[in-house]
Amino acid sequence: MAASVVECDRLVVVRGGAEVLHELTVGIRPGAITGLLGPSGSGKTTLIRSIVGTQVITSGTVTVLGQPAGSPALRRLVGYSSQSAAVYDDLTVRENVRYFAAALGAAEPDVERVIEQVDLDQESTRLTGRLSGGERSRVSLAVALLGAPQVLVLDEPTVGLDPVLREHLWSLFRSLADAGITLLVSSHVMDEAERCDELLLMRAGAVIAQESPQQLKDRTGTTTMDAAFLHLIESLGTAA
Amino acid sequence: MSLTVTMATARRVLTQLRHDPRSIAILIAVPTVLMILLRYVFNSAEVFSGLAPALLGVFPLTFMFIITSVTMLRERASGTLERLMTTPLSKLDLLVGYALAFGLFALVQVLIVVGVSVLLGMTLLGSLGWLLVVTSLAAELGVALGLLASAFARTEFQAIQLMPVVVFPQLLLCGLFTPRDQMATVLQWVSNVMPMSYAVSAITQVTAHSSLTTTYVRDALIVAGCTVVALVLAATSLRRQTP
Repeated sequence: MAASVVECDRLVVVRGGAEVLHELTVGIRPGAITGLLGPSGSGKTTLIRSIVGTQVITSGTVTVLGQPAGSPALRRLVGYSSQSAAVYDDLTVRENVRYFAAALGAAEPDVERVIEQVDLDQESTRLTGRLSGGERSRVSLAVALLGAPQVLVLDEPTVGLDPVLREHLWSLFRSLADAGITLLVSSHVMDEAERCDELLLMRAGAVIAQESPQQLKDRTGTTTMDAAFLHLIESLGTAA
Repeated sequence: MSLTVTMATARRVLTQLRHDPRSIAILIAVPTVLMILLRYVFNSAEVFSGLAPALLGVFPLTFMFIITSVTMLRERASGTLERLMTTPLSKLDLLVGYALAFGLFALVQVLIVVGVSVLLGMTLLGSLGWLLVVTSLAAELGVALGLLASAFARTEFQAIQLMPVVVFPQLLLCGLFTPRDQMATVLQWVSNVMPMSYAVSAITQVTAHSSLTTTYVRDALIVAGCTVVALVLAATSLRRQTP
């Protein structure tokens, strides 16, 4: 197996007095789409924040591209889009993207490229706060695509999108992975799991499975992702 | 620190303001209307002339404090700050960008309010230019205190309530209501550590002296120094990593 692009070693995170991640050890394959799945409260967002370096870590290490997460050298190499669209509601789509491009030192043509990639060229002069939820999250996604990130960490990028747009974004993710970019995409929509190369299933602050969608279905003897997940969770429940 | 990113931040903040014409109107109209009220409450150009210059320092400081603390708090709450902290942008790019943008806006506000005050009968012995310098410094102090104060609020509701906490005691003790040297000793001590006192003192120097005084220079430097200290403290309150 190729060396991991993201490496968490016995990662422990305590938030608000409660341990959210328990000695989590996991590696993420380069140039692939890894789906991060699990019920809400399972620690997906905390893991994502640890990887992009915004989370204070209690113990353990997180290494991205050979550097500790959050190192200055990584700030141009890791693209990040948080769960709630972190963009300015009182700026237009283009003004938002242009500002973050300046902060990242991305070139001017990049602004139009990413707006097109998320299919917002028609909306580029509208105020972000007046857009629908799905459109706002695409503005946020556009910002994550700026520059030349080698790792893209996307927290629920397809929430609130219609099937056509989801299809569009997943083919975008696929083309990015084909170009060698490593993607970590969290989701709670199980049919999206099928589109990932590898799945990382979390439950209560621990990784309970890391395998391809097919392996997961074979192992659990199920035909749909929904059934596979239910099976896995139930078998854990009885084991505990 | 990068000049390009600082300027981009300043432009971004001003663009946000431009998309909110109602706030611009309030920020220009309110101090103007208050000046007109003040003039006719006393119904005397002389009394007005005694009070108005000091208020020209107090208004921009107060207004800039409110808009900066709320804007910065939004930046923290909406996740844009966290996102910016994952980019190469330095903390000072962000803070100085804010200071430039709101400083420029405050200058426009001050020019209009000073113009109206002159029309209402405010007279100065010193130059209008030096008055503008110290009012601009007071506005920058408001920006810096607002940036710092936003670290102590979790919601916009709390941020607004910090205004009376930070501004009102300074207003009472800055020499506007009673000359500072006539206050009780303890109050004078408190007044001495409040930056607004020096802004108002510098303004008093401009109104009472036709030439530049050393007291004015000292006071203006103190206000500028407090601004720098508040900005540096605000920078330390911005964290790349949060719990």
